[in-house]
Amino acid sequence: MSYRRVWRKCVNGLMLGLTGLCALVTVSVLFFILGYLVWHGGRALDWDFITRLPKPVGESGGGMANAIVGSAKLLLLAALVGLPAGFMGGLYLAEFGGRTFPFLVRYTADLLNGVPSIVMGIFAYTVVVLPMHHFSALAGGLALGVMLIPIVLRSTEDFLRAVPGSLREGALALGANKWRAIATVVVPAAVRGIATGMLLGLARVAGEAAPLVFTSFSNRFWGSGFNAPTASLPVMIYTYALSPYDDWHRQAWAAGLVLLALVLVANVGARLILARKQSPARG
Amino acid sequence: MASPAVLVEKGGPGRETLPRAPGRPRSWVRRLQSGDEIAHLITLVFASSIFLVTVLLVFELYANSTLPLHKFGWRFFVTSTWDPVFENFGALPFIYGTVLTSALALLMAVPLGVGAAIFLAELAPPRISDALTFVIELLAAVPSVIFGLLGIFVLVPVLRNVVEPFLKSTLGFLPLFQGPMYGIGFLAAGLVLAIMIVPFILSVSREVLLAVPVEQREAALALGATRWEATWKVVVPYARAGILGSIFLALARALGETMAVTMVIGSDPKISASLFAPGYSIAAVIADQFTEATGDLYVQALIELGLVLFILTFMINGLARLLILATTARGSEHA
Repeated sequence: MSYRRVWRKCVNGLMLGLTGLCALVTVSVLFFILGYLVWHGGRALDWDFITRLPKPVGESGGGMANAIVGSAKLLLLAALVGLPAGFMGGLYLAEFGGRTFPFLVRYTADLLNGVPSIVMGIFAYTVVVLPMHHFSALAGGLALGVMLIPIVLRSTEDFLRAVPGSLREGALALGANKWRAIATVVVPAAVRGIATGMLLGLARVAGEAAPLVFTSFSNRFWGSGFNAPTASLPVMIYTYALSPYDDWHRQAWAAGLVLLALVLVANVGARLILARKQSPARG
Repeated sequence: MASPAVLVEKGGPGRETLPRAPGRPRSWVRRLQSGDEIAHLITLVFASSIFLVTVLLVFELYANSTLPLHKFGWRFFVTSTWDPVFENFGALPFIYGTVLTSALALLMAVPLGVGAAIFLAELAPPRISDALTFVIELLAAVPSVIFGLLGIFVLVPVLRNVVEPFLKSTLGFLPLFQGPMYGIGFLAAGLVLAIMIVPFILSVSREVLLAVPVEQREAALALGATRWEATWKVVVPYARAGILGSIFLALARALGETMAVTMVIGSDPKISASLFAPGYSIAAVIADQFTEATGDLYVQALIELGLVLFILTFMINGLARLLILATTARGSEHA
């Protein structure tokens, strides 16, 4: 073997090893985060945390029951805004669209998806908080809901496109209208994927704190209804982590663990659901 | 979706979009009765909501930042006093902080992300590649506040006690690594951002690399290239535009990232050359000061910052999407 050949082999092995190392480092970051949160948050997590209200500032103990319920309320509002709009929009792109207009919708949806979440918060602030003169779950839900639209729209479209054309043709050949074919054949065929996409979208916005800090704000008590400032897990983690109290830090870890567990369970669950039925679309 | 009478009247203009059935043409009244036109229109309205939201977003941001726009004009972007008491606002420190932390993040994340993407797309067996990609997608799903939480309690102490003293003693002659070491500051923010954007660079780059036609690799290998040479000299150049797109995508992400940065950047509106110094970023100042902002001018100055952030990310994302689209389309043409 010539010298040059040995050199090239060495470079080959070295660079391939380096790229493997890059992958290893990236993957280990996730396991580090997971392990650290389970270790730290697990010790802080107790029954009080999920059943009690926060104690007055300075007293230790108490929990974040109101933030857990608050997050659920915000997600419900977000789902009401984002899921129908995203679903119907995706239906249009996959089933009715022509060429230029759907391309523009898709492109704009991708851009909207990349808009920083804090800007969505400002949007909800100007639309809801400014006219009503107070923070509310409605504003936070709107911010999250608007973020949800492009996510759900794109995933719905992808899963509908994965439905084989022969199914549509079969329905049409049996004399169904286009919309009947869509409603009774195409959508049911893709419903599992569509629902998974929605779940993933909800999991994504559930972890957002930036659009909530000045829309739904926070609340140390049970907020009444949807028109009052509402606590949420991400915002609680933010304020508790930056506070000077050790007990609040402990609770921030517990809240972090709960939030991460919810998000990861949704993601892994979605993956499993999709894997059961070999769907051509990516999860 | 049956046929509410109100919608029947609105159904008229949409008729040109359905392809005409060959043979017996149906009148549009018939098509309306069948419901297809109505379904088409309803879904069209929802699809258009994307544009509605975008237009409304721009309008609201602009309409609510007219005060500082008129009072400061372009001075807003080049002056560096941020004084809420005397209502004097200049955004330069925030712009500086955003640009510096994003640049730092890219510096660290691009080699890591692209390297890992090459490994996953070119070298790893498909099963392992899929499993690792899934783990990395999970990393992308971790909420921002959790990165912030780990940033404050894990990364910042390590930076303060280990990394920053080390950098100061070895590279302290550079202005970048001078001054007191707090742990929080530009370096911490850049590091957290880097970790957060790696998954985006990685998963998009991997996708783009996988879209490179197999013949390209085979031709290079047949000419006697090693695995690495085929990858680096043939596959990567082929996918260059798409990889660049993934980097822009990550850049837009880094510019707008809020919570994690707010928690570790130190919240000090100063421009300092040292990476150890605390600073501020556009997104961080909005998150930090919005609720306590008093007076219309103060609030509107923050909203104007939001407008800046929106325009920046919108343009960068637009460019990124086009680059990715161009690369994957080229790949699938050949396939």
